[in-house]
Amino acid sequence: MVDGIQVTGVNAWFGSVHVLKGIDLAMAPKAVTAIIGPSGCGKSTFIRCLNRMHEVVPEARVSGTVLVEGEDVYAAGVDPVQVRRRIGMVFQRPNPFPTMSVFDNVAAGLRLAGMRRRADLQEAVERALRQAALWDEVKDGLDKSGTSLSGGQQQRLCIARALAVDPAVLLMDEPCSALDPIATARIEELILELRGALTIVIVTHNMQQAARVSEATAFFLMGELVEFGVTRELFTNPRDKRTEDYITGRFG
Amino acid sequence: MTARTRRVVNRVMGGLTALAAGLVILPLLLIFGFLLFQGASAVNVDFFTHLPKPVGEDGGGMANAIIGSLILVGLAACLGLPIGILGGVYLAESRDRRMPWLVRFLADVLNGVPSIVIGIFAYALVVLPMRRFSALAGAVALAVIMLPIVVRTSEELVRLVPSSLREAALALGIPEWKVILRVVLPTARAGIITGVMVAVARVAGETAPLLFTAFGNRFWHQGLDQPIAALPLQIFAYAIAPYDDWHRQAWAGALVLIGMVFIVSLAARVATRGRFSGVR
Repeated sequence: MVDGIQVTGVNAWFGSVHVLKGIDLAMAPKAVTAIIGPSGCGKSTFIRCLNRMHEVVPEARVSGTVLVEGEDVYAAGVDPVQVRRRIGMVFQRPNPFPTMSVFDNVAAGLRLAGMRRRADLQEAVERALRQAALWDEVKDGLDKSGTSLSGGQQQRLCIARALAVDPAVLLMDEPCSALDPIATARIEELILELRGALTIVIVTHNMQQAARVSEATAFFLMGELVEFGVTRELFTNPRDKRTEDYITGRFG
Repeated sequence: MTARTRRVVNRVMGGLTALAAGLVILPLLLIFGFLLFQGASAVNVDFFTHLPKPVGEDGGGMANAIIGSLILVGLAACLGLPIGILGGVYLAESRDRRMPWLVRFLADVLNGVPSIVIGIFAYALVVLPMRRFSALAGAVALAVIMLPIVVRTSEELVRLVPSSLREAALALGIPEWKVILRVVLPTARAGIITGVMVAVARVAGETAPLLFTAFGNRFWHQGLDQPIAALPLQIFAYAIAPYDDWHRQAWAGALVLIGMVFIVSLAARVATRGRFSGVR
């Protein structure tokens, strides 16, 4: 079995607009890979191709191969629903389900996967909330509305919701862009704790963040992968002139 | 603009909007007050428990019409609401462009069709083949009137559910139909119920489409394939009759009709209230 995520020749379109052009990228298992690049460079689209969320948008198309732990998620006969169960996703803005309690939010994926026993659910919810470093803050208010929490707590609730189903991969699409620096720091700590447990791919606008949390970094520009390498090397000694311009802020 | 004029303008505009808001509820208050004044004296236990008395006899009630209206509106809701809500979900969620546009346009046209025309439609569709007036025919007419209201409000409310919630659910590996059932519809619930109650209230008071479908009946409910009494029909019949005590009963009927709509919408809200609110 090949671990991690192998992406080969991935192209993506919105209608006739070609937003990802022949991306080849191998993301190491149980490590953090950061995707950086200016707005509109295709980084969000790229991670949405990994769990087949790109095709949810009308008129969006993908081609190429994405191997997650050796399995091609775009192979004929593969159910996108099953792919998404193994790949968790956290979005830019915290989006807990407003009609559900904290508990029900975390249990949502488990319930829909068929877990019914209250004791099993309680155990899994507690585990996920502990993993997301939220348990101590919400353990006395599990039946409160998920949207009653603060923004940073809501984002950790969304992380717990994604972790509850025990995914092999966690995709994070600018998970801190709507949060203040303190909440951001907590999420970063969390990412460092989760490293080693599952494969994490994080899209970020914040280059310091990429440098702090990731082992490898990919720089995207106008739908192309410009450079991919060990984070420290990419930031201290970029091979490509465009990467250097971007990380030193001389860009555009 | 000086601070003083700014304050004055602010106060004037604030006052005007408050006045407009007051004018909006004024008709309802006046109607309610007028009905209470005219009809309250005829509302008593007999009114809710007895059949109408023949002309010239005192007393009697509209119990059959109250039950008839409940049956008609209930049956119309059973026919119209599932179709309307599912249709609204289709309009909001479909990726197709032409078909939803057409359905939306035709629903708006249907909403503008006079209710008596819908009565004629139900007459041709149900009364003629069955060869008699019936509760079913009345309910079909009312359901057709409910449909466009329910479809359009359900669509609007489903549309208001942020797409980020849909994406969150899809990304959890939840199939689309379950996303709609467990996340989208519960989030839109409060608003959809408001739309449903508007539709129910609207048809509860409809008279014209019942004239030649439900037809009215002086006796208790005799089956869905038989003519049935309805409050609006009874109010109409009593109001145009030349007897004072019938007029009083017509007022009482109108008061009871409004009261019923009020209670049903309140009950629906309480019964379906979620613990946390979604889109309103």
